[in-house]
Amino acid sequence: MWYLCVFYHRLLDYRRPEVESLAELFGGPGAGDAVEWRLLENHHADSPFHLVRLPGDERLAAQIANRSLLVKGIYELWGHGATYDELEKAIKEYPDERKLPYLTPESSFKIIVDSFGKVISFEEQNEIIKGFTYIPFEGRVNLKKPDHKFFVLETDDYGSQNGLPPVAQKTVFFGREVGAADRHLLPTYQLKSRKYIGPTAMDCEMAFLMANQGLARPGKLVYDPFVGTGSILVAAAHFGAMTMGADIDIRVVRDGRGPDCNIWSNFEQYKLPEPLCVLRADNNLPPWRPGLKEIFDAIICDPPYGVRAGGRKSGGRKLLKGIIPPYTVPDEKRENHIPSTAPYSLAECVHDLLHLAARMLVIGGRLVFFYPVLRDDDVADVAKFPEHPCFKLVASCEQILSLRYSRVLLTMVKVEPYTEEIEKMGEERHQEFRENHQKWMEEGNLHSAVFSPAEQDGKPKFDKDSKPKYRGKYV
Amino acid sequence: MRLLTHNFLASNVRGVSTGYPLALEVAKSSIKEVELNADFLRGILPKLDWRALVAAASAAGFPDLLAAEQPQEAELFADGAADAEGSAIRRLHHALLEIHVDEGALVCPDSGRSFPILKGVPNMLLHEDEVRH
Repeated sequence: MWYLCVFYHRLLDYRRPEVESLAELFGGPGAGDAVEWRLLENHHADSPFHLVRLPGDERLAAQIANRSLLVKGIYELWGHGATYDELEKAIKEYPDERKLPYLTPESSFKIIVDSFGKVISFEEQNEIIKGFTYIPFEGRVNLKKPDHKFFVLETDDYGSQNGLPPVAQKTVFFGREVGAADRHLLPTYQLKSRKYIGPTAMDCEMAFLMANQGLARPGKLVYDPFVGTGSILVAAAHFGAMTMGADIDIRVVRDGRGPDCNIWSNFEQYKLPEPLCVLRADNNLPPWRPGLKEIFDAIICDPPYGVRAGGRKSGGRKLLKGIIPPYTVPDEKRENHIPSTAPYSLAECVHDLLHLAARMLVIGGRLVFFYPVLRDDDVADVAKFPEHPCFKLVASCEQILSLRYSRVLLTMVKVEPYTEEIEKMGEERHQEFRENHQKWMEEGNLHSAVFSPAEQDGKPKFDKDSKPKYRGKYV
Repeated sequence: MRLLTHNFLASNVRGVSTGYPLALEVAKSSIKEVELNADFLRGILPKLDWRALVAAASAAGFPDLLAAEQPQEAELFADGAADAEGSAIRRLHHALLEIHVDEGALVCPDSGRSFPILKGVPNMLLHEDEVRH
């Protein structure tokens, strides 16, 4: 059935993929692919109003809406038009058998007036509601807990104010609410009231979106190889998933800032089950036993790509360059020895992540991670994402962070088994990185690209005005 | 560290071919109750190395908790087994998820390298001279 899906005007790129992922989560395999989208005539793709066809019944639509973060509501659309007269005509034409069951004398209802890009005063809202006398409501009005909620949604012929490219005409929608997002969990989980956070703790809204992309739910196991303070796993655990995490930094995973301010206390704070395991390990040399594979249902992470926090891996910089021979740790110092680490380049980090995911994810399992993209004018349009023979890319959602770079949330599904051949290929590439580490460390150094001086040869490298004024992906 | 984690880990010190199963040394352990999730156990069961799990449970002070041979799926997931005190699935759940090693070490069977466990977190990071090149 087709529904009107109204989104919050946020994280525009993330909205449709979230609905598709949740359709897959609640509707079973293939349901995500079965979701169809349509835009109203004269509506821009960044508009909050989308028509969506969901597989399955109304219950599925309600489940999707209730679990999502970005769906303001999913409605059974009774009619829409450019004016209230057109709307009346459309509602009257809508079949009675779809309308009457919700208008019975035993039921209670409420009409809510909402708008996008304009404000409707209380008096005007009352006038609008009174205008619906042509709908034969027989039930009682109940403002607190109605059985059925009806929405009047009005959007203007956008001027320049609301930040969207203009659409041609104003539209009024009338629909019955099927489900709506519960954004109450955002104030509950907001980072500013979390006990233990680090400089790169994931914003809770984004963490929930990532958990949704990873189909986190009870009985599933979610792994974050760059766990840090656990902000992504907290979101996955909220949705009932079992969690596991690893990090190369012993301070975050073991000590935190004290006995009541560490990764475990973050789970305790929200009364969530604590992670099954947190360990200190290097993603470059993962300590999984030989032959172990396909144990995680999702790997969700924000790899350190060197802009805010640099990645580290085992082995000193000089050691890897071959300047000094391997240092042999004297026996008496082994106990508390702190091994040196070397910078972990983005290319190698992503290779290791894909290889690990290919091995450790179950078939149909999801790899969800952020990938940085430089917004250089010549490469911006042909952003190339990492690929792997085991994975199919199902969503890429951009979030612009600055004039120079943005990050893209990639969602990949494991579609092919991890074979010996793929294992061998991965090992060879691993070796290649080890042997040519110098090249990989210098190439693709995102940090210098993002923080290089603004002017080069007297010319500003990035011209503010060269980018289009409207950048919906900022919201 | 739960015994589930122990079951997945190996030593990847240079020169070691399998590095598994790691011997478990327990200095301090505790029990924390967790809700049983049969779906999770069903998914994880085929991935387990049963012998290593039995050995780990034994090292943690529960030598008779698990049967020497892996029980059949039918027995584990029989109706009502999850609620029956002392059933095979409850014991498996207890062994995998409720026994915590707070302090101790994981010892590589090939090289003797000891990976310390402190505050429940195993430290699997290698020293410079142990990294494979």
